[in-house]
Amino acid sequence: MKYLTEFRNGEIAQRMAREIAQVATRPWKIMEVCGGQTHSIIRNGIDQMLPAGIEMVHGPGCPVCVTPLELIDKALAIAAQPGVIFCSFGDMLRVPGTDADLFQIKGAGGDVRVVYSPLDAVELAAKNLDRQVVFFGVGFETTAPANAMSVHLAKRRGIKNFSLLVSHVLVPPAIEAIMSSPGNKVQAFLAAGHVCSVMGYWEYPPLAEKYGIPIIVTGFEPLDLLDGIRRAVVQLEAGQHEVENAYARVVTFEGNRAAQKLLAEVFEVTDRAWRGIGVIPKSGWRLNDAYRAFDAEERFQISGIHTEESALCHSGDVLRGAIKPAECPAFGKECTPRHPLGATMVSSEGACAAYFNYGRFLSADELAGAGAALSGAAHG
Amino acid sequence: MPESGAPDFSIWSCPLPLVGYPNIVMGHGGGGKLGNELVEHLFLPAFRNPALENLGDAAVFELGPGKLAMSTDSFVVQPLFFPGGSIGALAVNGTVNDLAVSGAEPKYLSASFILEEGFPLAQLAAVVQAMADAAATAGVRIVTGDTKVVERGHGDGCYINTSGVGLLRPGVNVGPHRAQPGDVVLVSGTIGDHGMAIMSVREGLEFESQIRSDCAALNGMIAVVLKAAGEAVHAMRDPTRGGLASTLNEIATSSNVGIEIDETTLPVRLEVQSACELLGLDPVYVANEGKAVFFVAPETADRVLEVLRANPLGRDAARIGHVTAQHKRMLVARTSIGGNRVIPTQIGEQLPRIC
Repeated sequence: MKYLTEFRNGEIAQRMAREIAQVATRPWKIMEVCGGQTHSIIRNGIDQMLPAGIEMVHGPGCPVCVTPLELIDKALAIAAQPGVIFCSFGDMLRVPGTDADLFQIKGAGGDVRVVYSPLDAVELAAKNLDRQVVFFGVGFETTAPANAMSVHLAKRRGIKNFSLLVSHVLVPPAIEAIMSSPGNKVQAFLAAGHVCSVMGYWEYPPLAEKYGIPIIVTGFEPLDLLDGIRRAVVQLEAGQHEVENAYARVVTFEGNRAAQKLLAEVFEVTDRAWRGIGVIPKSGWRLNDAYRAFDAEERFQISGIHTEESALCHSGDVLRGAIKPAECPAFGKECTPRHPLGATMVSSEGACAAYFNYGRFLSADELAGAGAALSGAAHG
Repeated sequence: MPESGAPDFSIWSCPLPLVGYPNIVMGHGGGGKLGNELVEHLFLPAFRNPALENLGDAAVFELGPGKLAMSTDSFVVQPLFFPGGSIGALAVNGTVNDLAVSGAEPKYLSASFILEEGFPLAQLAAVVQAMADAAATAGVRIVTGDTKVVERGHGDGCYINTSGVGLLRPGVNVGPHRAQPGDVVLVSGTIGDHGMAIMSVREGLEFESQIRSDCAALNGMIAVVLKAAGEAVHAMRDPTRGGLASTLNEIATSSNVGIEIDETTLPVRLEVQSACELLGLDPVYVANEGKAVFFVAPETADRVLEVLRANPLGRDAARIGHVTAQHKRMLVARTSIGGNRVIPTQIGEQLPRIC
């Protein structure tokens, strides 16, 4: 697979891991912002290859995890209405609301569909004019342009039975919230490569300056991540705090101007509640006045929602990097992927689920033993 | 079946006289004349064998001495016809494979159809023909069956249940609980082909690809392996739903052992790998319908691999890992870049990620 295989080269990866170990003289805590990066780190075992002192903190960049409970409950209420076709990306279906998830709504007769693009939902609306088609538009700046395009096209084509349930969130305010939170331990950031492919990285130098932190724009393949981590460690060791682009094959300083123009046409900045963290000022987008008619919250006027987070769940502290998943008292006991209390246990890229699935049962010795046995088998 | 999924019904030459009913009606399941016509003109000619021709309430047959194995499975795949197979072929091969990986020689199958009112008879005929072809290839007989019809909207065209019996092969002692530390893990070919072939034609997700389902009867290939290795084969499974990862996790749990695989040795077609990348899926969780996993004593592993590769269904067979006494009940993979990861059992279906 061109552009992928080259960035998964095992020999180079091992060499880069050794370089990181050589450079690092002290422990450092580096936060990867994006859930996709978390997934790749776990999927490839990158965390197991790093020297003991280099700790990756899994950030709030998993849209499934930070979408507020109230909005999930709204989604469930809308999806349960007769005449509605409720469309979503796949991994939102298992996120628990207060009483149910979208799978249960589907099981109870709701028309819930997984789509791969919001534009598919617009097509669905055009073909089902007697139904209300709603797309659950969550995510960071990465997924926003396609969602913006969906309402843009719906408006242009006069498709009035389409609407968007929006909960877009933005990376720079989240970095700011984490850095200014009491007890913050994060010392450097890997900025999310795909977010930056849309937005560029002109927003980051002021943050790096203000908080004295290195910010490395980083991709998602193993070598991308190792390169991002290496650059962060080099800066940390040298006492620097620059913004670097380690994903130049995709990201430019300005970003995608056409996408930014469309975003400005459709969305406006708003305060947003982040699940487990709370309201962060000016940290999200909502549809602006010109597109308000396509806002599902306006159209369906769901009221009387009573949301209740589990009192046992510490997912907010996990998302901020204040505690490790295993330090939560409910972890692995009341809260498991089978019965998640918080969203970080639901999403495959949620920090708690990742810990539960990939790390909980293995001591470092056992993992090392497994690795040694395997390399023995490979050579023998 | 033409190469590209849906069959061309215009050239269909089934013996069924479409007596004014081009589609299934409620009466086809009513036990009356219409139902009899289906049996007489469709099922009997397609499946023809002495045990079936008695048309009794039960099939009667000899099965020789020894232990019997029995298995049942229901098939609800959508779409009914897909690149490389159909619900008919799956229904026969699925049960044949379940018997085969249990160490049995599959012999006789039952076939029950739940049809939705309005289901085109020509499609039913194509499904039945696919079953007949698959049974002939696998060397099994369909000896009894049943048809029910549900009202329109209460089914998805056509559901099939098959049950099968087979005779346990002498000198074979396999089971999911018998994997032992030191065993070598072999897979008979590329993984994820069936699941991605289905994905490529599923409504709302169609993408152009050359991916074909691996749907096949494995009893012939397994017979050769057992002949070559006998009791050195400790466990066998066909990794269907949930893919290779679920099967290996099940065996790790049943046998109370750890399993280690090396991701670089997993046979995955480039187009399957690419489609998985696009959709955010992991091929180790994607379904197979014509692959088997073998746990064999280390000293016979090379011999089994040789035998597998000599079989057309095992051409791409590979050694992918081994069993260990460490990290019991867990599957650990050495990743392509030399890291380690645990591959857990999935909670439900694999869900595409947002980004």
